[in-house]
Amino acid sequence: MEILDLLLDGFGIALQPLNLGLIVLGCTVGLFIGAMPGLGSVNGVAILLPMTFLVPPASAIIFLAAIYYGAMYGGAISSIMLGIPGASTAVATTFDGRPMAMKGEADRALVAAATASFVGGTISVVLFTTIAPPLAELALAFGSPEITALMLLAFATFIGLGSDDIAKTFFSIFIGLVLGSVGMDIITGEPRLIFFDVSGFMGGINFLVLAIGIYGIGEMLWVIESSRGNVEVSQANVTVSRIFQNLKDLMSSWKTMVMGSVLGFVVGVLPAAGATPGSLMAYGIAKSTTKDPDSFGKGNVDGVVAPEAANNAASTGSMLPMLTLGIPGSPTTAILLGGMVIWGLEPGPMLFVNEKDFVWGLIASLYVANFFALLVNIVFIPAFIWVLKMPFTILAPIIFVLCVVGGYAPTQKLHDVWLMLGFGVVGFLMRKLNYPMAPAVLAIVLGPLAEPAMRQSLLISDGSFAIFFTRMINGMPIVGAITVTALILLSLPLIKYIKRAVGAGKPAG
Amino acid sequence: MRLAELVMAIAMAIFSIYLMWLSMELPIGWISGEGPGGGAWSFWLSLGMLLSCLWVIFTCIRGTNQFSDSEETYMDGHDLKLFAITAGSLTVMVGLLHIIGVYFSVPLFLIFYMRVMGSHSWRLTGSVAVTMPVTTFLFFEKALTITLPKGVQAVEELFYPFL
Repeated sequence: MEILDLLLDGFGIALQPLNLGLIVLGCTVGLFIGAMPGLGSVNGVAILLPMTFLVPPASAIIFLAAIYYGAMYGGAISSIMLGIPGASTAVATTFDGRPMAMKGEADRALVAAATASFVGGTISVVLFTTIAPPLAELALAFGSPEITALMLLAFATFIGLGSDDIAKTFFSIFIGLVLGSVGMDIITGEPRLIFFDVSGFMGGINFLVLAIGIYGIGEMLWVIESSRGNVEVSQANVTVSRIFQNLKDLMSSWKTMVMGSVLGFVVGVLPAAGATPGSLMAYGIAKSTTKDPDSFGKGNVDGVVAPEAANNAASTGSMLPMLTLGIPGSPTTAILLGGMVIWGLEPGPMLFVNEKDFVWGLIASLYVANFFALLVNIVFIPAFIWVLKMPFTILAPIIFVLCVVGGYAPTQKLHDVWLMLGFGVVGFLMRKLNYPMAPAVLAIVLGPLAEPAMRQSLLISDGSFAIFFTRMINGMPIVGAITVTALILLSLPLIKYIKRAVGAGKPAG
Repeated sequence: MRLAELVMAIAMAIFSIYLMWLSMELPIGWISGEGPGGGAWSFWLSLGMLLSCLWVIFTCIRGTNQFSDSEETYMDGHDLKLFAITAGSLTVMVGLLHIIGVYFSVPLFLIFYMRVMGSHSWRLTGSVAVTMPVTTFLFFEKALTITLPKGVQAVEELFYPFL
C-alpha cells in the first residue's frame, strides 16, 4: 500500500502544469529526433541536457525521460518508412516494418509499433514499480562471465535472423565484431586495426556509420537497382477508421506484445545489455515460436510488435539500476545519470529515501509520458505516410542527404561519411549475394561490450572457459544455463546446415 | 552469379587475412597476469571470417551453394549504369563537402539527381534544393547546435553572419 501512496504522490507531481507541458514537449521532440536517421534517444538527451538547468531537477528528468520515450517510439518510424533504423534499438523493427511499408501497409506497421511500444512501456513501468529492488539486486550480481554468456545468447539468435546460408551469417557476425574492435584496445590502450595507418580509425568505427551506410545508402541502392530505376513507392491510405481497424487487428498479437515487454524489461535491467539485445532476442523468440516463421522478414506484424514492445520495455528497465544502484543500463541512462549528479542528486539506494518526490515523480511521469507518446505518434502517422507518397526520385536524394548529414552529426568527422559511403556500396554488393547485413550491424554494437567482458572472465579463470558453465550466483548456475541455451541455439541450425551442404553435394563441374 | 559469388568470397578471404595480419601487431596469445593479448579478439574473429569465406568457396565449387549453378547476371549494363550514376554522384557530393561544404554540395546533388534521374521540373527541383539545406541549417546548426562541414575557409566565412 505504501508503494501505491507514493505512486499517487508521484502522479500529483507529474501532472503539475509545468511537468505535464514538459512531458508533451519531450515526447514530441523525442519522436522527431528518434525518427531522424542517425539520431536516437542518446543524441536527443545529450543535446538537450543543458537546457534542463532552467527547471527544477524533477521537471528536468521528467523532460529528458519523455524525450527518451519519444525517441524510442520515433526510432521505429524511420525503420518502417525509410528502412533506416534511427538507432540500434530499432534495427530489428526494420526486418518486417520495411517490407510491410513496401507492401502498402505502412499505417498498419506504424500503429503496431506505437501500440506495442505503449504496451511494452506500460507493462515495464508496472514491473518497475513493483519488483524493482529485488531485480536490481540480482542484476547487480551479474559479473563479466554472465554478461559474456548473455552476449553469446544474443549472437546465437543472430543465426536465426540471417539467410539460409549460415556461413554468410557467421561471416556477417564476425566482420561486425572485428569492425567494432577497430581503434584503441580498451584494456591496454594500444592502437589496433588501424587500416593503412589512417588516423581516423584511431577513434574506432561508430556503429551508426555502418548502420546508416547499410540501411540508408545500401538500401536505396538496392531499391533503385532492383526496380531498375522505376520505383513504385507503396501507397498507404490512412483514415481514423483504418487506424481503429489496425488497432483491432493487433489483438491477435497480444501474446507477442507481452513476451516482448517482459523480455525487454528483464534484459534492459541488466547492466551493459539494454534495448538492442532485448529487441533482437524478442524478434528471435517471436520468429521461433510462430506457426509461420517463413513470413518473418517479409512483413509479419509480429516482427514489428516484438522488438518494439521489447525496446520500450528495456528503456524503462535500464532506468532501474540507474536509480537504485547508480549503474546505468544503457548509454542514454548514463547521460541521465550525469544530469542527476549535475543537479546535485546522489543516485543509489538512498535516493528512494532522501528524494522520494524526485523518484516517484519520475516513475509516475513514465506512465504519463507513455500515454502521450502513443497519442503524439498516432496523431503524426498521416504526416509520416505522406513521406511515402513522394515520387522516389525526390525521396531517394533526400534520404541520401539525410544519411550524409546523419552520418556526420554524431562524431562530426568527414572520415565517417566516407566510411559510411563505403559500407553502403560494399554492403549493397554483398547483399546481392545474400550476405545478411543485420547481424553485422548488431555485432558492431555488441562487440565493444562482449570483448571486455570475455577478457575479464578469462582473466578471472586464468584462461579456462569452464567459468562460463560453472560459476554460481547465490547457488544458482545462471551463467551455465545461459551458455548452454546459447550453444543449443547455435548448434542446431549449424548441424542441419553442414549435413545439407555436405550430404546433398554433387561433384563439381 | 557463380563467378560473382566466388570473387566476393575470395576478396573477403583476402581481407580476412589482412585483418589477421593487422591483429598480429598486438599480442594474440595469453599474457601472464594480463589475460588474452590485445590482438587476440580480432585475430580469432578474423580467422572465423576466413573460415566462413573458405566454406562459401567450398560449397560453391561443390555445387551445394545457391549460386553454384546460377546463370543469372550479377549486374547487367542498365543496372550497372544506374548504380554508377547513383554511387558516383554520391561520391562527388561527399568529395565536395571538403571544398564547398554541405550547404552548396547538397543543392548541387539534389539538382543533378532530380533533373537527371527524375526529370522533375526546374520549379520543383529548385524548391527542394533550397528547402533542404535551409531546413538542415535550422535544425542542426540552430536547434541542435551541431556544426556541419562548410568547406574551405572562404566558403565558411560566408556563413558567419548567420551563426
